[in-house]
Amino acid sequence: MIPAPESLFTAALIIFLAGATAGLLSGRRLFARTVTFGAALAGSLLDVFASTVALVRGATAVWALPFGVPMFTWTVRLDPLTCYFNLALGLLAAAVSLYSFGYLKPMVGRRNVGALGFFYNVLLASLALVFAAANAFSFLVAWEVMALSAFCLVSFEHEKTEARRAGILFLVMSHAGTGLLLIAFLVLGSAAGSLEFQAFHLIAPKLTPLASGVVFVLFFLGFGVKAGVVPVHIWLPDAHPVAPSNISAVMSGIVIKTGIYGMARVFFDFYGPPSLWMGALVLAIGVITALLGVLYALMEHDLKRLLAFHSIENIGIILMGFGAALLFRTLGHANLAALALIGGLYHTLNHAMFKGLLFLGAGAVLNSTGTRNMEEMGGLIRRMPATALFFLVGAVAISGLPPLNGFVSEWLTYQALLAGFGTTESLIRVMFPVAGALLALTAALAATCFVKAFGISFLALPRSDAAAKAPEAPLSMRISMGLLAVACIALGLGATWFLPVFDSITAQTFGVRMSAALVRANGLVISSGRDGGGTVSNVGILLTLVLLAGVPALLRYARRRREPRTANPVWDCGLPGLSAENEYTATAFSKPLRMIFSALYRPRREIQTEYDISRFYPTAVRFESEVEPAFRKRVYDPLKDWVLAAANRTRAVQAGSIHAYLAYIFVALLVLLLFEVRG
Amino acid sequence: MTAVLSAFAQLVLLLALAPLISGFIRKFKARFQTRRGPGLLQPYRDLFKLFRKGMVIPETSSWIFSATPWVVFGTSVAAGLLVPMVSTAPLGLFGGVLAVVYVLALGRFFLALAGLDTGSSFGGLGSSREMTISALAEPAMMLAVFTVAIGASSTSLSEIVRTAAGQSWRFLAPPQVLAFAAMFIVLIAETGRIPVDNPATHLELTMIHEAMILEYSGPYLALIEWGASVKQLALMSLLINVFWPFGLQPEWSGAGVLAGLGWLLVKLLLLSCAIVLVETTNAKMRLFRVPELLAVGFTLSALGLVSTFLL
Repeated sequence: MIPAPESLFTAALIIFLAGATAGLLSGRRLFARTVTFGAALAGSLLDVFASTVALVRGATAVWALPFGVPMFTWTVRLDPLTCYFNLALGLLAAAVSLYSFGYLKPMVGRRNVGALGFFYNVLLASLALVFAAANAFSFLVAWEVMALSAFCLVSFEHEKTEARRAGILFLVMSHAGTGLLLIAFLVLGSAAGSLEFQAFHLIAPKLTPLASGVVFVLFFLGFGVKAGVVPVHIWLPDAHPVAPSNISAVMSGIVIKTGIYGMARVFFDFYGPPSLWMGALVLAIGVITALLGVLYALMEHDLKRLLAFHSIENIGIILMGFGAALLFRTLGHANLAALALIGGLYHTLNHAMFKGLLFLGAGAVLNSTGTRNMEEMGGLIRRMPATALFFLVGAVAISGLPPLNGFVSEWLTYQALLAGFGTTESLIRVMFPVAGALLALTAALAATCFVKAFGISFLALPRSDAAAKAPEAPLSMRISMGLLAVACIALGLGATWFLPVFDSITAQTFGVRMSAALVRANGLVISSGRDGGGTVSNVGILLTLVLLAGVPALLRYARRRREPRTANPVWDCGLPGLSAENEYTATAFSKPLRMIFSALYRPRREIQTEYDISRFYPTAVRFESEVEPAFRKRVYDPLKDWVLAAANRTRAVQAGSIHAYLAYIFVALLVLLLFEVRG
Repeated sequence: MTAVLSAFAQLVLLLALAPLISGFIRKFKARFQTRRGPGLLQPYRDLFKLFRKGMVIPETSSWIFSATPWVVFGTSVAAGLLVPMVSTAPLGLFGGVLAVVYVLALGRFFLALAGLDTGSSFGGLGSSREMTISALAEPAMMLAVFTVAIGASSTSLSEIVRTAAGQSWRFLAPPQVLAFAAMFIVLIAETGRIPVDNPATHLELTMIHEAMILEYSGPYLALIEWGASVKQLALMSLLINVFWPFGLQPEWSGAGVLAGLGWLLVKLLLLSCAIVLVETTNAKMRLFRVPELLAVGFTLSALGLVSTFLL
């Protein structure tokens, strides 16, 4: 007898809150780590179980949590979309919680691990509630708790200036986004006469076209801030790297997905077939986000900042799926809309797995070498073989290469984009193939970036003493990374077994079930859903590779003794031995792209040479190279200056005179009364 | 059973024919430049020699260095099996044109890692350039692929080819011509030929592909070279059969295969001649001129796409 998903979900919430309380009480002791992250692990597993049960049953459960005040009830709902995001949350959080056991060991006694555990558990509980909330009130409260606990976790190492600055930037932008959401929800609420999400279902057609458009943009921007959509992304590459690495994994893996969840909820549940420009907007912004995300990632040599920029890229890829789904819905192609939505949602889960894995790997490297700078790593594949292998799996997956999971979701998105050209006669159809071509560019640049990230950090000679002496990560960290690597492989090879999960979601939104059309040849082959469309089989590709390369390699390996094979130094051009200084650096690796895209990057470099006798015999060289943070410099700095100047001017109003304030109150009252009389 | 047999037949064809095409291009290029050049069979002799030699492994490298030749060889041949050569693609069910592009990208990913793995700056230089150029070639290729795939509304190569074969003079239609020109530029970039890269050079300033594999020797080098020529054959077959599907057999059958093989050879020779013509009449470009060439490719395929609904 399997318990009802409602009670499992509530139990998971209670465990998170119990873990949080225990964290508050236990402080800096080792016990704090064990009990808070133990609770988080148990709660996450329970959350996975609850969402799996609910997804399998396919029914929607609605109930109210037993706290709250009259008028503002905590309605909670487990529908397929909610369960899907909770599944991603639970899977990632379980691995991260396990990882934290080893990761936090060096921190015990030195830092307040109990407080970290408190905020971590609160964050997980609020995430589960954001996905499950079924009215605007509980959604916004959970959303706010999530932002605050995430803020505390981001600036956990608060003695560092960069952590404080990043935390505040995150908080400010997050609240600006929440403000937009609040307005949007209030407009919907006044149209529906209720704040319940059930009342919002397909509400958009009841709004005037103008209101519907404004609300759409407000939601897109408000959720876009959290998701890291260009141009409201600038907090993300600052905030994700400065957090402790286990937190970075949760932030990049799932916290930004709350924005994606919000968009999915609003776009596909609240809106019926939207106006054509809405889908076009989402698709175009998705393309821009993906491309700019990866282009900025290429210029980074801070491993965690690089990963953070890739989160922006992947959000863009997800939005391409969503944008295409919106367009298809308007054009009346439910099957294609479902295909595009599946591509976007599948990529959401996939990204949670491989980005979580990569951040955990970066954290292991950070713990072992003490640096986030790739130029000081190198050769780690020999010192940390397991971490290197798992990081490589994540790198192949995020590059969208077969036979791992990133390939499947990108392939589905390609199929949707390709089919889009034939769906309409209007010029908008050109968007589809162009978006497809730019998706190809994005994916290829991502592969370039991960060749750099893995190659410079893990291969060749160590570039610093710390890298040369780096110890392998503790067992709990290796196990959790291994689990996420297995998830990446399983979601790649077993995609056909996973696709039916989306049936209930697409049935809920578009009224179609795609898995029967998508899965062919007894679950070996994924098809594009049409007869004569494209097919692909990760299992088939893997088998072919194994037969063509793996088997001959093994045969050769078995009789290797007979072949002469010597290990020799690398050709060093006659210099006295090859050293780490001769190696290609991360900066050098991305130099061609820096030059090709210099219009975007506007690179600046500065070389200072010190010499005694002649400048041909320098005693010291200082090299500095920088890429212009375009959005910060050209959009946000002027905006900030403008806001500060405006604030300065309004200071005259706040002169400190009590008489003036009384006059303001009187005027405000008068205006409100007039307003009421007229209304 | 036919599926397995056809896969096996195409496997043998790929492995046996690929060095010959490389040899032919080399020989014909030499004759074109009034040199005598090595014999047609020289690539086979090279491979045979390399397979019997010992290997020198850089002491700074890791298992990536040893795994890469196998991955490169495996992905090249697997991609070849996804492409229709004399008849339908034997493993077409496992993936269409997208899979071909991405399986080859997997091989390139590992090759670039191996370039970095040696710790030599040449390797890093090669990896960096190879990844940059292939990334910039990707959108041109994908847009050209989309242009031809839109006609068939499928990414399955067998389906695309079937649609193309149905209309006999289609290869002269503007979208096809433009997409073909774009794909030809991509082919030159992907196979590392002049004016993008020079397969015969070992001058460090200009090397791209050769720089990545500089530390390989013996059987590993043979695997990579063989893989590279199989990849070249696969991409050439893709190009000729998608745009000139004449003589492609609808079914795998005894007599048909021979006719298909004859047509394949004729078309490959034609394309090889075009490649030789381009290689001989052009000088290698500066590295930072290559993006412009690829941008031309992208523009051509974009024009091809636009012309599909203007005409």
